[in-house]
Amino acid sequence: MADIERARQALEKRLLEGAASVPATLRRAAFEGRDPGPLWTRLLEKLSRNTHDVTDDDFRAVKAGASEDDVFEMVICAAAGQATRDYELALAALDAAENE
Amino acid sequence: MRLDALDHGHGFGSKLLFGIIRLASGHPVSPVIKVLRYHADFFGKQLQVVTQEAMRGRSEWSVGDRELMAAVVSKANDCTFCVAVHTGVAAKVYDDAAKVDAAMADHTSVAEPLRSVLLLLQKLGREHSVDAADMRRVLKAGATRAQIRDALAVAYAFGIMNRLANAFDFAIPGPGAVAAGAKYLAARGYG
Repeated sequence: MADIERARQALEKRLLEGAASVPATLRRAAFEGRDPGPLWTRLLEKLSRNTHDVTDDDFRAVKAGASEDDVFEMVICAAAGQATRDYELALAALDAAENE
Repeated sequence: MRLDALDHGHGFGSKLLFGIIRLASGHPVSPVIKVLRYHADFFGKQLQVVTQEAMRGRSEWSVGDRELMAAVVSKANDCTFCVAVHTGVAAKVYDDAAKVDAAMADHTSVAEPLRSVLLLLQKLGREHSVDAADMRRVLKAGATRAQIRDALAVAYAFGIMNRLANAFDFAIPGPGAVAAGAKYLAARGYG
């Protein structure tokens, strides 16, 4: 079986605890799907669900108040966070199916 | 792309690499590579490890099966860029484009247990919700626990990259670039 756990956890730790442009509290909020503040609300909501609807205007809005490195980090944290929630939810469902 | 830094903000080593890629392939550098190489110690290096293990690590699924899963996950996440690339890789690895086209048009054309796994991945991507009943159906169709975990690893890796492709607005590659990318990924993987 492929084993992504160690690398997946290393990625999460790096995104949330490592040195970066954006403060760790904001990165963690983006990762966990919580609202980091009004500047980010619209873009990060779309990143959690309908990323196909992200627009140039969404990026212009966040770049008006944040650097490109800030935006890069927050987008990645939000994307990784939603993928993590889906992954963990599915693993829990698999455990539940096997334990019934 | 929607961040100028992803096109122009890389260090000297990455810019040199991009030049070599352009010369060797005759195609623009993939936006995936540009994202992975930008502040690679923050994100790209670790995602490459995850993706290489999910797509090329030891598994009861073939490489072609996992590339097909990546394409199905990408379709569920509305990522046109990743669908184009990974249907291309699946077709290359299977050496059967018609099989991949049929599977993408109708997952029920695929044999079990892959069929049930593709439907599970589609639901997870579209609805962000699967439950024990969904898993029981996949287990009943003949998938092992290890196979389901491996499929979910593919969904995790592409759940990230699909979102980045859409958010950063990756340009859809032309047929020549898709073919070149498919050839590279089929031969070299993601490491």
